[in-house]
Amino acid sequence: MIYLDHAAGAPLEPVAREAWLAAHESVGNPSSIHGAGQQARAVLDDARARIAAAFGVDSIEVTLTGGGTEAVNLAIKGMLWHRRATDPARRRIVVPRAEHHATLDTVHWLADHENAEISWVDVDEIGRLRLDGRGGLREALGDGHDVALVSMLAANNEVGTLQPVADVAALAAAVGVPVHVDAIAAFGHVPLSAWAGASTLPDGIAAVSISAHKIGGPVGVGALVLRRGFDAVPLVHGGTQQRARSGTMDVAGAAAFAAAVELADQRLRDPDVVAAQHALRDRLAAGIRQRVPQAVLRGAAGQRWMIAPSPGHAEQRSALDAMALPGTVHLTVPGAEGDSLLLLLDHAGFAVSTGSACQAGVPEPSHVLLAMGMSDEEARGALRISLGASTTIDEVDALLAVLPDAVERAQSAGLSARAPRLGR
Amino acid sequence: MSGGVDSAVAAARAVDAGHEVVGVHLALSRMPGTLRTGSRGCCTIEDSLDARRAASMLGIPFYVWDFSERFKADVVDDFITEYAAGRTPNPCMRCNERIKFAAVLEKALALGFDAVATGHYAHIVEGARGRELHRASDEAKDQSYVLGVLTAEQLAHAMFPLGTTPSKAVVRAEAAERGLTVAQKPDSHDICFIPDGDTRGWLSERIAPTPGAIVDREGAVVGQHEGSESYTVGQRRGLGLSIPAPDGRARFVLEVRTRSNEVVVGPKEALAVSELAGSRFTWAGADPVASELADAGADGEMSWFDCQVQVRAHADPVDARARVAHGDESQLELVIEPLEPLLGVAPGQTAVVYAGTRVLGQCTIDRTRSAVPVSA
Repeated sequence: MIYLDHAAGAPLEPVAREAWLAAHESVGNPSSIHGAGQQARAVLDDARARIAAAFGVDSIEVTLTGGGTEAVNLAIKGMLWHRRATDPARRRIVVPRAEHHATLDTVHWLADHENAEISWVDVDEIGRLRLDGRGGLREALGDGHDVALVSMLAANNEVGTLQPVADVAALAAAVGVPVHVDAIAAFGHVPLSAWAGASTLPDGIAAVSISAHKIGGPVGVGALVLRRGFDAVPLVHGGTQQRARSGTMDVAGAAAFAAAVELADQRLRDPDVVAAQHALRDRLAAGIRQRVPQAVLRGAAGQRWMIAPSPGHAEQRSALDAMALPGTVHLTVPGAEGDSLLLLLDHAGFAVSTGSACQAGVPEPSHVLLAMGMSDEEARGALRISLGASTTIDEVDALLAVLPDAVERAQSAGLSARAPRLGR
Repeated sequence: MSGGVDSAVAAARAVDAGHEVVGVHLALSRMPGTLRTGSRGCCTIEDSLDARRAASMLGIPFYVWDFSERFKADVVDDFITEYAAGRTPNPCMRCNERIKFAAVLEKALALGFDAVATGHYAHIVEGARGRELHRASDEAKDQSYVLGVLTAEQLAHAMFPLGTTPSKAVVRAEAAERGLTVAQKPDSHDICFIPDGDTRGWLSERIAPTPGAIVDREGAVVGQHEGSESYTVGQRRGLGLSIPAPDGRARFVLEVRTRSNEVVVGPKEALAVSELAGSRFTWAGADPVASELADAGADGEMSWFDCQVQVRAHADPVDARARVAHGDESQLELVIEPLEPLLGVAPGQTAVVYAGTRVLGQCTIDRTRSAVPVSA
């Protein structure tokens, strides 16, 4: 089986596994006062410090959670509740339309049950949130007096487009509104500077959510970077072992997470590794353009590949390249259904995704693609291929070899769905 | 794979028979409930999880296919339209006809599959003139009726691994032996998209009821109804008649007239039908002429042939003769004359004709003729 769905989850890195196992060699609750507890605590604190270092923040500003979704929930709910408690007018949340369901479901719940109001921000055709104009962030923010927070992705998890976080942080800071960044898809895949505009977190970014298993750590471990000067009402009560979160702290998980963070950082600092990764994505995208010319590549990286490779577009292409996650290739195939493509590729031994959330196991037309201006039909034929550190040229070539046939069959299945013949 | 024991065992048998099997759960509802609702309706999230678990225990891939839009248009909306027109639909037949062995099958064929197998109790036989659909060995569980709408082409790509099983108990025992968790799961009855079983209530939320008169066969008003669409031919209960019958006996719904918004009632014997006919008919394989049961006539007509007719999923078949002839408006009809009158046959229902255990075909009933004419 060739695994090309790293955006859904990366294989556990050996260093992470070793760190996790090593932490389990001894027993001790890191909150216990005795020696065994202190020893566990030491491992935990060390891990926390190393994660904090990735953002240039202090250890106290990192709260370990049970995953990325919990971190997002803690940030959005916790900050809304906190901000509203200090000023009841602050019940508005500014959210782009193409956020992950962890954000969308949370803000919908807050609107339905906690009297919050959502101000939606549009995204453009490559999935980047709009700053200006009607439906843009500036307009949504207003004078900020009634805004609890802005919550935004650092990079879109479906189409891979990086977001203007630094710009938003500056705009929001100017009106006293905190920004939460869902960096779950971006962290460890691009340097901080690629989305935050600096190698340490700028002021104005109040909170950042990250997840271990997206970078080769274990599932069930995440973190919320919560800056000094900002607070969140906890979701989980019971001992306050951490700032804004209770529950026995996961020493092994933290150790594994820290190991994965450092490995990711190491790879990002190696120009050969970075170049190879970009080359691999480019090989895949170019191969798709050539073999499945009817496919439309999406997102910033996709648009770069849809533009004719003439010299006049070189600057535009390179700008677009810089605006995307290096491992993600997203495409839509006219007339095909994403779930058909998935089944066929699965049958051929390739693990890929449609990119969108599943409701009861059925891929739905992605809200991200719809927000980018696609129709239901266009959004239906979506496929997301995400490469990882372990992906090889042979694996990419193998996928390219089977893709044209899979597309043809999927288009035929889509046709029969639209114009059924039997039983009429 | 609905998450029920029948489809799970059917899948298991297909695997044992050496086929390359993939389990597919059909998502037919836009808003499935989470927990199983007991024995009514299908399919909740829990049902889909049961199906998934069965597939994983059998070692086969599992996918969920969303046909909710098609299902709504072809089955649910059709159900409402038929009732609004005063007819009694059979949504399970429409689902088999248009979804399971149509939309699903076409998608499967396009993706490289050869057939759709289900846990229906029916039996496919390779006859001299092609595939035949027969009743299942277990008469009590036989579902050949709801499959009577399948055509030769659909049958060519269908498989029913449970058809020759002596009884449901055997299937459950087999499921238990195979370690399938759904072995004791109750069967679902009723219409899958009306999980609480309250069809009348469900319809009244979708068809604005218009009150009107309940009349006897002579036209005299004998009561009021709140909306004709919730009445079915043969219905006896819930009539709320204000004027009793002259002979004091119970009255039954004979006809639902949507144009005049009247419900016609009368004595039980007036329910007897001596002829039924429909212009939408299909043959489940070789037609009666090709099967040498009837002679071909002019313009697609057919001579009378002996058969048995069944008008409900669990009704007993009745001996009859049938033919294909032109009706009043020159359309070709399958005309069926039961040898003893059938009671309470409603337009919109399906009449399935059998030759012994073999399903010959079916028609949707457009019209019936009463065995007891109204005295002028």
